[in-house]
Amino acid sequence: MRTDTHPSSHSAVVRIERRDFVADLVARAPAGSLFVSGLGSPSYDLYAAGDRDLNFYLWGAMGGAVPLGLGLALAQPSRPVIVVTGDGEQLMGVGSLATVAARNPDNLTIVVLDNGHFGETGMQQSHTSRGTDLAAVARGFGIRNVHRVERPDQLSELLAATNRPGATFGHVLVSPDEPPRTMPNRDGSFLKNRFRTGLGLDPI
Amino acid sequence: MMALGQGKDQMSIDSTTAETWQVGVFDALKAGGVQQVAFVPDAGHAETIARAIADPEIQDVVLTTEEEGVAVAAGAWLGGQRAVLLMQSSGVGNCVNMFSLLSSCQLPFLTIVTMRGDYAEFNPWQNAMGRGTQAVLEVMGIRVHRVDHAEDVAPTLTAAIDSAFLAGDRTAVLLGQRLIGRKKWTR
Repeated sequence: MRTDTHPSSHSAVVRIERRDFVADLVARAPAGSLFVSGLGSPSYDLYAAGDRDLNFYLWGAMGGAVPLGLGLALAQPSRPVIVVTGDGEQLMGVGSLATVAARNPDNLTIVVLDNGHFGETGMQQSHTSRGTDLAAVARGFGIRNVHRVERPDQLSELLAATNRPGATFGHVLVSPDEPPRTMPNRDGSFLKNRFRTGLGLDPI
Repeated sequence: MMALGQGKDQMSIDSTTAETWQVGVFDALKAGGVQQVAFVPDAGHAETIARAIADPEIQDVVLTTEEEGVAVAAGAWLGGQRAVLLMQSSGVGNCVNMFSLLSSCQLPFLTIVTMRGDYAEFNPWQNAMGRGTQAVLEVMGIRVHRVDHAEDVAPTLTAAIDSAFLAGDRTAVLLGQRLIGRKKWTR
């Protein structure tokens, strides 16, 4: 029988509820922050926190949330860019953490909501339940501001860390509970043009 | 036994002397307003990469795998910048699912692909992707312009830049192995 090694199953007394955490993150992030969410639950969480023109929800392109956030952060250096994704999506694009570290933009923050499972496909255990420590991975790839968040009140420390030089990685251990699906618009062309318009850019 | 790289028509890529067409690639990107250059290195892109790194107005992004570059280009466009992805033909295969981002969101896209497994190839492991590169791009909705002659490089690239960033099209410029020359296997 496999033992669940996900850190939250051992150490966290108060398990973080993902939806509450993302709502707090959105509410406390600097005004004008640009949000990108990875497919599945992170997109539902970000939408549940309140739809905004400057949210870009991915419904596919698994592994693309962080590199998309990097291109955006490089193009918009004066705005905070916050990527919210899950452990499965981050693992598929894990090399992108090295790509982020190689540029290390001050305005990029990556928040991985780690429930230790592939929530969208039947709650199979992911690698983070089987030994992978994404905070250690991010550090190993060269990201210096790495924070593990095990309690809701540690959001303040994560937000403070975003003001330090270089990109920030927040490893947030969340409950594997699945809140009800709250689905944002899934027309990518609409989301793209709405986002650009929100930045004062023309569609083309 | 035949020695490697001793053919009379041997053209080796010498990183110390840039081919004129390679300089033309960078100049066309610069004139086209490209501000992010994402890349997985290839000898055929060496000059473009070196110039991108040296140019303070361009942000170079070294990738661990080519599909990251598709997403970087998408993010750049969302934020108001033009990007290009430089890769070798083998990398096109790594991008296939990420290309869905481009069609799902109708994003402009420009990639320059240096070909292997295409013409006078030495390494049989390059042939599978070399044979499939153009078809894979096209089946994923990307328009392909192929270049085999040095004088066509800059005009083709300029046309692809206009198609991508003025018409919002998804475009790939393939630089053929006939143009790039044989890889030098002997050191």
